[in-house]
Amino acid sequence: MSDDEDAAEVREDGVGRRYLLIASTSAVTAVGAMGAAVPFVKSWLPSAKARAAGAPERVDIARLRAGELLKPMPTWRGQPVFVVGRTAVDIEALARAKDGLADPASDNEAKQPAYAQNPYRSRKPEIGVFLGLCTHLGCSPKEKNEEQMRELDTGWEGGGFYCPCHGSRFDLAGRVVKGVPAPDNLQVPPHSYLSDTEIIIGVDEETA
Amino acid sequence: MAESPPLRPVGPRRPIRRLIAWVDERFPLTETVEAHATKYHAPKNFNFWYYFGVLATVVLGMQLLTGVWLTMSYVPSAEEAFASVEYIMRDVEYGHIIRYLHSTGASAFFVVVYLHMFRGLAYGSYRKPRELVWLIGMAIFLTLMAEGFFGYLLPWGNMSYWGAQVIVSLVGAVPFVGADLMEWVRGDYLMSGITLNRFFALHVVALPLALVGLVFVHIVALHRVGSNNPDGVEIKDNKDEHGVPVDGIPFHPYYTVHDFQATVGFLFVFCAVVFFAPEMFGYFLEKPNFEQADPLKTPDLIAPVWYYTPFYSMLRATTFPLFGLEARFWGLVVMVAAILMPAVLPWLDRSPVKSIRYKGLASKVMLAAFVASVFVLGYLGTVHTTPLTTALAQVFTAIYFAYFLLMPWYTRVEKTKKPPERLT
Amino acid sequence: MNVAVRAMPGRGRLALAILAGMAAAVPALAATDVRLDPFDPDLTDKPSLQRGMALFANYCLGCHSLKFQRYERTADDLGIPHDVALRNLIFTGQAIGGLMETSMPAEGAKNWFGVPPPDLTMVDRVRGTAWVYNMLKGFYVDEKRPFGVNNRVFENIAMPHVLIGLQGVPEVECRGKKAANILADRSRILEKDPAARRVREDNCSWTRVVPGTGAYSAAEFDQAAKDIANFLHYVGDPGRLERRRIGYWVLGFLAGLFVLATLLNREYWKDVH
Repeated sequence: MSDDEDAAEVREDGVGRRYLLIASTSAVTAVGAMGAAVPFVKSWLPSAKARAAGAPERVDIARLRAGELLKPMPTWRGQPVFVVGRTAVDIEALARAKDGLADPASDNEAKQPAYAQNPYRSRKPEIGVFLGLCTHLGCSPKEKNEEQMRELDTGWEGGGFYCPCHGSRFDLAGRVVKGVPAPDNLQVPPHSYLSDTEIIIGVDEETA
Repeated sequence: MAESPPLRPVGPRRPIRRLIAWVDERFPLTETVEAHATKYHAPKNFNFWYYFGVLATVVLGMQLLTGVWLTMSYVPSAEEAFASVEYIMRDVEYGHIIRYLHSTGASAFFVVVYLHMFRGLAYGSYRKPRELVWLIGMAIFLTLMAEGFFGYLLPWGNMSYWGAQVIVSLVGAVPFVGADLMEWVRGDYLMSGITLNRFFALHVVALPLALVGLVFVHIVALHRVGSNNPDGVEIKDNKDEHGVPVDGIPFHPYYTVHDFQATVGFLFVFCAVVFFAPEMFGYFLEKPNFEQADPLKTPDLIAPVWYYTPFYSMLRATTFPLFGLEARFWGLVVMVAAILMPAVLPWLDRSPVKSIRYKGLASKVMLAAFVASVFVLGYLGTVHTTPLTTALAQVFTAIYFAYFLLMPWYTRVEKTKKPPERLT
Repeated sequence: MNVAVRAMPGRGRLALAILAGMAAAVPALAATDVRLDPFDPDLTDKPSLQRGMALFANYCLGCHSLKFQRYERTADDLGIPHDVALRNLIFTGQAIGGLMETSMPAEGAKNWFGVPPPDLTMVDRVRGTAWVYNMLKGFYVDEKRPFGVNNRVFENIAMPHVLIGLQGVPEVECRGKKAANILADRSRILEKDPAARRVREDNCSWTRVVPGTGAYSAAEFDQAAKDIANFLHYVGDPGRLERRRIGYWVLGFLAGLFVLATLLNREYWKDVH
């Protein structure tokens, strides 16, 4: 160190090796740091307790009437679930409606299981099951009847859902209208029928 | 060879250099890096014992990180604390690893700090001009002991509970106000959720802040006076024409690569414990602590965690009243004195040399006896007392204090060797 | 008695290694007056863990909860399919994600047994695996006790011998006389009481199972006790195997990095003379 010539000499024959060692040590250390970060990142995932609380929920739908929303409102993973009974008029209107909807044919496959990719977005035309959270920023939309919906949208047919936070509107199949902040239709959770009067939310297979 | 073309300067490329210049105009970045790393000169003869300062900093960082993560899932209440620790151990993804990193980190912290302190004793790092570095270090040590103590209550296991009960009861030994003081510390008539909550606040907020601040000033003070070294010779006394110590080398890169190697080696040992023996045979995690705190059932043997046992031994060994005050009070005095004793070392050591390498036989024997006393007292603190162990603890307590109290005498009368002019 | 069943054998072992002389000076402390048969748990023995869980669920869980552990985690770790667990191991009607609680009401339990049956999630960590194994095998007929049995390892235990149908009726068998355990009364030795050395008592270290009273043979019952102890060892700290698996990778990685760090250090320190 004290002698400049000495230092230059050492650096000359060592510099390539030195760079190589710095580069390889840094690279391996970086890999190690990423590995060390894994437990800390993954510990933020839902814990076993959260997953147990978010397990599939059985919902008794015997008291669901056509034209009504199931009350008290069932939950799945702590979130509100809309179970809608539809009248024959509603069903006929849903099958017809296309204009003014952002995604009338449910082309966004992430928003419903394959068995709900139909005009009613449900397994059975007369019953719809949706997560009651607006796809815009997560507020829970309000249930409105035809009259109330027409106050917001003069050409509206049938009942629907209206999000009080930012004014998004959805029809009884959970389909969002054009020109509102919400980008997507309401999410249809995985669900299946255990019997005519009981559904299970969180399970896709009919056999569960 | 002398004519070989100059090598391309090793350093940042132009855009980065311009960014650094931009920062330097607004913040002393380059200045700080130079003052504390690239142009901070450390003695070139650091040995094994000089690793533990940086390792303590590494452990502090790990404890802060894992501690923050544990706080995310821990619930500080008498009803929920124990269950929330088991929730972390079982339900939280990788929670058991984060928890063991933290619990093993507590012991590792004391291992490296004790070795760091021993280095100071051996090489006279407390001597002028490093008295303040040493005193700040003592403040760190005290804070660390408090941090460990408060943290040990948080799992709300039965040993947590009764260990804290015993130590808090110590303040009851203070004459006249003891009983009131005890209630004040606990905030209740017994150790309770109220006590747990205040200990939690101290453990996760107040004391970590204090620790980080103290470590910062510890390093600032050290860099003002420069490091000591195994020879105890001041490298600043021998500078070349540029004012650079002849026996100094820049901290970066030489000691950064050195310390990096040591850190990896340390992590290997540390992880071996975390992944394969986190209980360390009952030394790091005590068995009764896997049972929830029960105010009606004391564990068969109250033993603090290993890092407190030397002092706990001295507390128990003080079995006789004096001057009309009860033995319990004197036990407290002895324990506190034993913990604080190293703080006065700078004024006890009268030797003409700093390093044990050049001190006389008396100093070497006394240092060895001191280390032995710490180990023996440490072991005795983990077992039941019998008349024999109490007598042994008393003898070794005397040896512990003799190391300090006789130092002004034996360091003056012993024959020392002359230290070298340059580092060896 | 329970004082003597020291909870920390390992502590003594390590201390001995460090301070052999010191430990030798206090041998009485390391002594226990109940000799525990050794038992080494094996977390990789899935069939044993599965049998242990089945035995625990059938014979223990009615009174003793494992309230920090979940069925789902246990079933996954032990390789038990969820539907099998739900059908055969969960008797409380809980979901698979539920904690392994007992259906026994705590208040009633206190009245029936004097103490509520403790949660056993971490009995292995508090008492040790060998203790659990020996305790399960330690019951013997004792008409003086309310449940008609006592336990060698856990004196005056406040529970019935629930595995009696498997083990059969264990009776005490005495074989002659032996020196009384004077270590249990240390003060007498320290006072050099000569009488203490001459005390002899009945040597009753054996139990004899009345033939034909148990469903299991001696070897089968021993295996059942081992399976339960093994299972409780798993439950005490279910992350052990995962840590071991990750641990080898971590240590291997650090060893490799240490080699690089050493080379880098050596490269730079060539400059220093």
